[in-house]
Amino acid sequence: MAELPAGAAQTARRSVIPRLAPARLALLLAALALLAVPILAQLLDQPFYLRFATRVLVMALAAISLDLILGYGGMVSFGHAAFLGIGAYVTGILAVHAANAEPLLLWPVVLPGSDNAFIVWPLAMAAAALAALVIGLVSLRSSGVHFIMITLAFAQMLYFFFIALQKYGGEDGLQMPARSRFGAFDLGDKRVFYYLVLALLMAALGFCHRLVRSRFGMVIRGCRQNERRMRALGFPTFRYRLCCFVIAGALAGLAGALLANSQDYVSPADMSWQRSGELIVMVVLGGMGTLLGPILGAAAYLLLELVLGGWTEHWAIIFGPLLILLVLFARRGLWGLVARPEAAGG
Amino acid sequence: MAEALLAADGLVKRFGGIAATDGLSLSVEEGELHAVIGPNGAGKTTLVAQLAGELMPTSGRIRFAGADVTRLGMAERARRGLARSFQITSICPDFTALDNVALAVQARSGHSFRFWRPARREESLRAPARAFLDAVGLAGRAAVPAGILAHGEQRQLELAMALATEPRLLLLDEPMAGMGPEESARMVALLGRLKRRCAILLVEHDMDAVFALADRVSVLVYGRCIATGAPDAIRADPAVRAAYLGEEVG
Repeated sequence: MAELPAGAAQTARRSVIPRLAPARLALLLAALALLAVPILAQLLDQPFYLRFATRVLVMALAAISLDLILGYGGMVSFGHAAFLGIGAYVTGILAVHAANAEPLLLWPVVLPGSDNAFIVWPLAMAAAALAALVIGLVSLRSSGVHFIMITLAFAQMLYFFFIALQKYGGEDGLQMPARSRFGAFDLGDKRVFYYLVLALLMAALGFCHRLVRSRFGMVIRGCRQNERRMRALGFPTFRYRLCCFVIAGALAGLAGALLANSQDYVSPADMSWQRSGELIVMVVLGGMGTLLGPILGAAAYLLLELVLGGWTEHWAIIFGPLLILLVLFARRGLWGLVARPEAAGG
Repeated sequence: MAEALLAADGLVKRFGGIAATDGLSLSVEEGELHAVIGPNGAGKTTLVAQLAGELMPTSGRIRFAGADVTRLGMAERARRGLARSFQITSICPDFTALDNVALAVQARSGHSFRFWRPARREESLRAPARAFLDAVGLAGRAAVPAGILAHGEQRQLELAMALATEPRLLLLDEPMAGMGPEESARMVALLGRLKRRCAILLVEHDMDAVFALADRVSVLVYGRCIATGAPDAIRADPAVRAAYLGEEVG
């Protein structure tokens, strides 16, 4: 930091001191509130609050992963729920096989089921990453509307595949016989599970924070702004975007594994195009190209769904105009209203 | 004589029935500034796109730095030392000027599958980037988002980015386009200073600039190169005067 040129030093001063102070305070309060949720739910005797907060955190993780490609990479994927669903199904299917002591595969190798989180969750991530690799290899050769359509088509294919999979519940979905085992922690205890999800979300947030500021992240963000220029500089952009797509898929797969555990149930609805759309709404609502925005967006979306949905089942009639107003008047979403634009962009 | 740094041979590019490039041959020697001029529609931008690897020629060959690069894409040619600036300003508008140049430095310093260290704190990227910004006269604007720089400054920034990839050959597609006289003069002075750093192929409308800077000039008409030579010889060439210069100089 010793020899910054005058201009850079000036921005550093401008961007760090006045902006982060209130933002930091807000973050601190938010963190305390998140930590206090299980205690409050207990005090108020409202176990529903805890379940709801858990769902917010899980969807926030999925939304952050989508924002990596959507907000930072400029890739508008309309099939992100596919990765969420794959993660959930891997978790659910392995759990069923473990509970029935029935091997998943007998040939060519015997593959038993499992409910060990240290095995199942990485597998869920790997399966989602593999799906992202295949989908990305095809879809990332296109852009714009074509990219949206191809990701949507792949997601719908997977959706109907799981609907047709009668052995695992088909349309009815799959009941989780038990939650994953996570070492000494009992995830059946909803408070323990909540804190685990919170910890994983924070870890993912930290990872993404480093990622988008790394050399890799700068390339991805450069591709969003001007891919042609990036290629002219000598970056083989396809590889970088594909890698980003796979990372996002893996994180969404982890969210899927958590989702299956949080609702003790795997539903094909969690990989429908509506869910993909909800994830996009969460990201846009919270603020594209920011990391805290999608968390805020997930919370706001699910809260509105809950509150407005309590008044009328046609709650989207109210939500739609709200979203339009927000997009028109707060380009950077809710997070953009809280933080100043440059600070939010990071 | 040694092989030219860049040699295009019998280049043809057809769009449907129209040949935008029609049997064009051209070479750029190591270290020279070679200007390409020609009236509107002569196929200058199509030529740059083919040399840069953005368009594949219908037929013909392009050799660069001793290898056939005809079928290589833009990114691969850039890695071999062929940098370009675009006719229409092409930068990353949300990044600062310094970020833009640092990305260019990053492009030539190995792969970027590095996920952990914050790139903006890597002095090995930032220090050279600052030096290149300084070289094009933008040192004071390093922290300004590139999208809100003045037009002329953005062209200077593009040049800094191209230089930062440490090219052997710089393809400049109308670097003076859309500039006022003052900005143009500054750009000419700048190109004059950069001239010996690497070979430059300059495609430009601005005749004063071309004749002030170029070691050799090629004249393009209807996708063909009708003359190549020293600026004075080109100025005197009757065919060139008839085809082109007559309107502007004569």
